[in-house]
Amino acid sequence: MATLRLTVDGTPREVDVDVRTTLLDALRERLEVVAPKKGCDHGQCGSCTVLLDGRRSLACLALAVAHDGAEVVTAAGLGTVDAPHPVQQAFLDHDGYQCGYCTPGQVCSTVGMLDEVAQGHPSHVTADLDPGADVALTDAEIRERLSGNLCRCGAYAGILDAARQAAGGAR
Amino acid sequence: MSGARPVTAREVGRPRARVDGPLKVTGHALYAVEHGSDEGVTDPLTAWLVGAPVARGRVVRIDATEALAGDGVVAVLDHTGAHRLESVDDGELAILQDDRIHYRGQVVAVVLAETSEAAREAARLVHVHVDAEPHEADLDAADLYAPEQVNAGHETDWDDGDVAAGSTGAAVVVEHEYRTPFEHNSPMEPHAASAHWDGETLTLWDSTQAVHGVAKTLAPMLGLDVERVRVRAPYVGGGFGSKGLPHSPEMAVALAAMAAPGRWVRLAVTRQQMFALTGYRTETRSRVRLAAEPDGRLLAVEHHAVSQSSRVKEFAEQTASIARMMYAAPARSTTHRIAALDVAVPSWMRAPGEMPGAFAQEVAMDELAVACGVDPVDLRVRNEPATDPETGKPWNDRRLVECLEQGAARFGWSGRAAEPRTVVDGDWLVGTGVAAATYPTLWMPGNAARIESRAGGRYAVSIGAVDIGTGARTVLGQIAADALEVDVDAIVLAIGDTSLPAATVAGGSAGTGSWGTAIVQTAQQFRADHGTDPVPGLHTQTTTEAYPDMEGHALHSFGAVFAEVRVDRWTGEVRCSRLHGTYSVGRVVNPTTARSQLYGGLLMGLSGALHEDGVRDPRFGHVVTQDLASYHVAAHADVPPDLDVAWLEESDELATPYGGRGIGEIGIVGTAAAIANAAWHATGVRVRALPVTADRFV
Repeated sequence: MATLRLTVDGTPREVDVDVRTTLLDALRERLEVVAPKKGCDHGQCGSCTVLLDGRRSLACLALAVAHDGAEVVTAAGLGTVDAPHPVQQAFLDHDGYQCGYCTPGQVCSTVGMLDEVAQGHPSHVTADLDPGADVALTDAEIRERLSGNLCRCGAYAGILDAARQAAGGAR
Repeated sequence: MSGARPVTAREVGRPRARVDGPLKVTGHALYAVEHGSDEGVTDPLTAWLVGAPVARGRVVRIDATEALAGDGVVAVLDHTGAHRLESVDDGELAILQDDRIHYRGQVVAVVLAETSEAAREAARLVHVHVDAEPHEADLDAADLYAPEQVNAGHETDWDDGDVAAGSTGAAVVVEHEYRTPFEHNSPMEPHAASAHWDGETLTLWDSTQAVHGVAKTLAPMLGLDVERVRVRAPYVGGGFGSKGLPHSPEMAVALAAMAAPGRWVRLAVTRQQMFALTGYRTETRSRVRLAAEPDGRLLAVEHHAVSQSSRVKEFAEQTASIARMMYAAPARSTTHRIAALDVAVPSWMRAPGEMPGAFAQEVAMDELAVACGVDPVDLRVRNEPATDPETGKPWNDRRLVECLEQGAARFGWSGRAAEPRTVVDGDWLVGTGVAAATYPTLWMPGNAARIESRAGGRYAVSIGAVDIGTGARTVLGQIAADALEVDVDAIVLAIGDTSLPAATVAGGSAGTGSWGTAIVQTAQQFRADHGTDPVPGLHTQTTTEAYPDMEGHALHSFGAVFAEVRVDRWTGEVRCSRLHGTYSVGRVVNPTTARSQLYGGLLMGLSGALHEDGVRDPRFGHVVTQDLASYHVAAHADVPPDLDVAWLEESDELATPYGGRGIGEIGIVGTAAAIANAAWHATGVRVRALPVTADRFV
């Protein structure tokens, strides 16, 4: 067992975990923070995406004890039911979800993705790979960058519209 | 008590955002194993499933010594100690009752531990000693038989006219075999449940499409009155049929809870275990033969379908059912044969029967169009039946031709070259294809709804329906508002709980129609009982017996799918660049949620067309592609840049009192055929087995 200190959605938390515990299980099963979902537990679906020290990350592939002192932001920490984050509002505006299970991960992934674009990170479909080059956030860029988050309901059309709206709002 | 009467649409037809959207986007919607201390789920045990290591045989001994030595391991349940079931007729659900192994991965033990880490590790340390027996897991090597009937109550064989005579002198004959692979529903939320047994009542938070269905199935097996099984499913992370019926994990968590009275037990099936335990679409082989006049008018239609089932529980996919009603022909022969194998139990996956059947039929129609030199849209119009070929009944409102014509206009179909391989864009060969879609309008009797007047002109509307992402929680409020003739804000809707009036499954594209009819009937009776200005606290509850005019008409929805496909001439890479669906589905209750659901159906069809391919190793009887890295489903980058759905403005009061028909499944029907047909048009290569992958073109 190990004692872990995390800041989760702005609140300092301390938790005793088995050294085998993933960050996802520490959040869901020890801290009752269930906004990040478990869809595959193998880094193949994206449902567990959180912002880990500011970058989008798959909580199921993170060993909890490797992240002592980390800051974790989940979809529940981005906004509230009454005051959703602009990305969450964009998902609502464009029906970018159906069953809702992949949605918190999609939201965190979109927030992280927009930040990566703002920092000039290229993707597989970026034409100009020069460091510091601006990335034009085309539909192809959004689709590529959000392809780590599967949605079996097929809400991708709404998610694309939501990401576009959120990107526009961020500019 | 009279049945429901048609209602005037005021709220129905308006786009409305999902009422549960804010909870979902902020991560506060709670799924089956997420209910915590706020709801009394404290200190839950974790259950972990142990699967059979062979496809057929006998459990000699479960050695749990090492597993039980682990810290926090509470118990290991097996067939020697689990609660005895009252009934073991359902071989899929009757787990831990005897030593028989029916398929690889079957639940043979359940570990209970204080943490998930301890449970998972202990499951690894349970040693299952077996006496293996020879097994059959290969459809090609198996004997076939004719089941008594096929899924959804369809007849196994159905003939009309004389196919041999009808084919004599046919100018054109197309005859091929078409195949679809194993497909896995793969909802994003793995099947899961939390269970609690207090010695009298079993309480479940379940990931299911039917709370009452789970209670009614499990209770008699467990020897309990159905009132003593409470099932709740406020949020369900998708199902697509796989959560329509309870599967063995639900029985496992019930047995685990009964072995640990007073403790909550959580069981989440792993993604890998889902490929054996939660249902799937069987592979299908369809021998289709179309005989036609030179102008493409059909003289005879034959569809002979083969699929596989499990020896422990029969499921017969109704693959040839679509061939019985889609097109006019004086002679027809349709059959289903299945093989019972020592494999996991197949079940419902979105549009069982219609999805694989339409792939076979609609590719065959494309081949007939080519053989006759007739445009594929014209061919379908030319074979439009005046009445239902299967029943002889008039259609409720068959508008396939309008779907085809309006879809063609929107897509820009006219002027398409008949010859393949005529359009090249750089390294890409570009083609277009079309397919027709249909889905029967099913309706389930026995739904009950309760309506109670509240202060301030509000109404509590209760029914045990489940919203698995369809938007039921939103659209049932809209239907209730119109039925009561009040604003939608006046409706307080409660669903997803067996403590509410009984409801049927969210499946068969029949959820909204069956539940909505119960709500309308109850609302009209409420008004008759209590008037338009009731004091708070008055209520009415009714149960439906019948509504749709099933006797007088053949009730179906229709659609037309158009696709543009690009194939890289060097690598064979296949991309679907445009995908349009035009549908006749009655009145659309909520354009926002309906559009999403039809998009979702189209994309699952695209996923089946290009990606999904479950591979079983017959030597061992297991699914090799048992995760999302090897069983591919469409990702965001696979979505066509031009994805579009449209529907005809209409209202079908023969189907439901608010004029709508179901839309959950029709989007997946025909889509794979349209894409395969477009791939042929791009390349000249005819692919008759899904998925359509790069290797077919190089």
